[in-house]
Amino acid sequence: MTGYIVRRLITAVIVTIGIAAISFLLLHELAASPVNAVLGPKATPQAIRAWNKTHGYDRPFLAQFFSYLNNLLHLNFGYSYKQGQSVGALFDENAGRSAYLSGASLVLALIIAIPLGVAQAVKRNSAGDYAATALTFTLYSMPSFFLGLILIQIFALDLHIFPPLVSDNVTTTWSAIIHPAQLFLPIVTLAAVTVASFSRYMRSSALDSLAQDYIRLARAKGLAERLVLSRHLLRNSCLPMITLVGLSIPGLLAGNLLTEVLFNYPGLGLLFYNALGNEDYPILLAYTVIGGVLTVLGNLLADIAVTAADPRIRFD
Amino acid sequence: MIEFGAGEVVEGVPPLGSPNAPTTPPEGGEVALLASGWRLALREFLSNRLAVAGLVMLVFFVIFCFIGPLVYHTNQIYSSPLGTDLAPSGGHLLGTDDNGFDELGRIMAGGQTALEIGFFSAAIATVIGTIYGAVSGLAGGLLDGVLMRFVDVLLSIPLLFIVLVLATKFSATVVEESTLIGAFSWLVPARLVRGEVLTLRVRDFVAAARVMGATRSRLVFRHLIPNALSVVIVNVTFQVADSILILSFLGFLGFGLQYPAASWGDMLGDAQTHVSAGYWWLVYPVGGCLVAVVMACNLIGDALRDAFDVRLRRR
Repeated sequence: MTGYIVRRLITAVIVTIGIAAISFLLLHELAASPVNAVLGPKATPQAIRAWNKTHGYDRPFLAQFFSYLNNLLHLNFGYSYKQGQSVGALFDENAGRSAYLSGASLVLALIIAIPLGVAQAVKRNSAGDYAATALTFTLYSMPSFFLGLILIQIFALDLHIFPPLVSDNVTTTWSAIIHPAQLFLPIVTLAAVTVASFSRYMRSSALDSLAQDYIRLARAKGLAERLVLSRHLLRNSCLPMITLVGLSIPGLLAGNLLTEVLFNYPGLGLLFYNALGNEDYPILLAYTVIGGVLTVLGNLLADIAVTAADPRIRFD
Repeated sequence: MIEFGAGEVVEGVPPLGSPNAPTTPPEGGEVALLASGWRLALREFLSNRLAVAGLVMLVFFVIFCFIGPLVYHTNQIYSSPLGTDLAPSGGHLLGTDDNGFDELGRIMAGGQTALEIGFFSAAIATVIGTIYGAVSGLAGGLLDGVLMRFVDVLLSIPLLFIVLVLATKFSATVVEESTLIGAFSWLVPARLVRGEVLTLRVRDFVAAARVMGATRSRLVFRHLIPNALSVVIVNVTFQVADSILILSFLGFLGFGLQYPAASWGDMLGDAQTHVSAGYWWLVYPVGGCLVAVVMACNLIGDALRDAFDVRLRRR
């Protein structure tokens, strides 16, 4: 078990270095030096050369890469000259709101998807199962921004229950938490997309568990059906959800991006979107690296959590 | 690791558990089994009503988008500032958009680019992924390790982010956009094919081919890839769906095709203003088409996977 974790950790570190290398390569190709953003388009070649020299952009490729890696290790994500702020400070400012949006929608998605999948498996091939499958399959094929638009149409424009955009007054994570009505539509949009894939897995996992002998035994010994479902079926069929949650991070980040843009909710996704328009590559590539590292971490934690949760998985 | 019931595939991530899903036919009698395996799979596929519905939907959209404009003539080149945002009428069956383009004609044009980019990028991803996976699986050892760690690295970078970053420089035309999406979508097929090749390369027919003096490239292209095709075909359909979705994300975020070329995502870019203004014809028809095409591909993919899955066939 320890050996397995150590091996997984080493792979994770190698993959993380690879992610940094690729993003640095892209940064180098797309915007080798921020000099144009600093000195403006009318700078003389001499001034550009002098600026590059004082800031180290004239050094060899590998030397620049190692100082980039060193900076990443110290959580220094570079400087956005277009915003006049360090990328780290910008991320600090926005990360809380994005984490709240993703976290709340992930929790909501699990609360819906797990019972839904189990219920579909228990009542398989019933009208309800078909309806739920049709609904989740449609959601699965739907871009999240289109679902968000439909929700805006119904709940904001027709019924006037929730605002169509997140209000400009929601500036801190705390204000996002204490104004649930503002965040209702974004959270539901992001959660619905996640439910669509989670419940499909949950249903097939619960179907597999239902065919196992321990379920037959639990029923044969006269255990109440409620307990069969909650003690034996639910706990066993939830195991794949650990892996799934760990793997859901890239999807959540992409969903975050689209949802924040659609609802004008100031978070990392909106920051990334605005940086795209400004061609602000330090922000873009720093967020790409962070997204990659979060993905690696998610996979790693899921693998470790599954081995801890499932005594049948042992690697020695 | 964990083995999932139907070996489902989640968008953008590799299938969970082991990538080499047990789709291999039973031992013995390879050639005969291969032929009847395909026919069995076809029969299984056609007996699945949802699959046939998906196929019919996809064929409908191909006809609608590529032959429709020959029947329903519209001007998609010159904007008409005097006829913008008109509600549906006899002259414009789905009204006109912000530039005065006929919306129905524009949906057809956007559908052409969506289908072209979907299929083209899936083709790129599949060709690269299949060859990469087969070579990696056959080579084994250190080379396999290095090649697969590279796949791990690229798979860890969120696809939408890296494509968007590159889209700030490229992606004005159908070819560039397909290349961009395809260039980062070959990772999943590469993993699937490698897994398949790992189980195939120890089989007798590969050993026999080796003994007869087959070269490595002959092994890859004549023996390993054809036998791993079922996995590849299933993945292609999901890949088309994913590519069309990613294209719509790019368009929605403003990095779609160069105006006046149309794509469904671009058309939905201003959808929120349109929804508030009550211009429903600029939002729901195009969104519905997008969902329908993606759903058709997913339905076909699901059915193909079930049809090729020997374990499921008995049910």
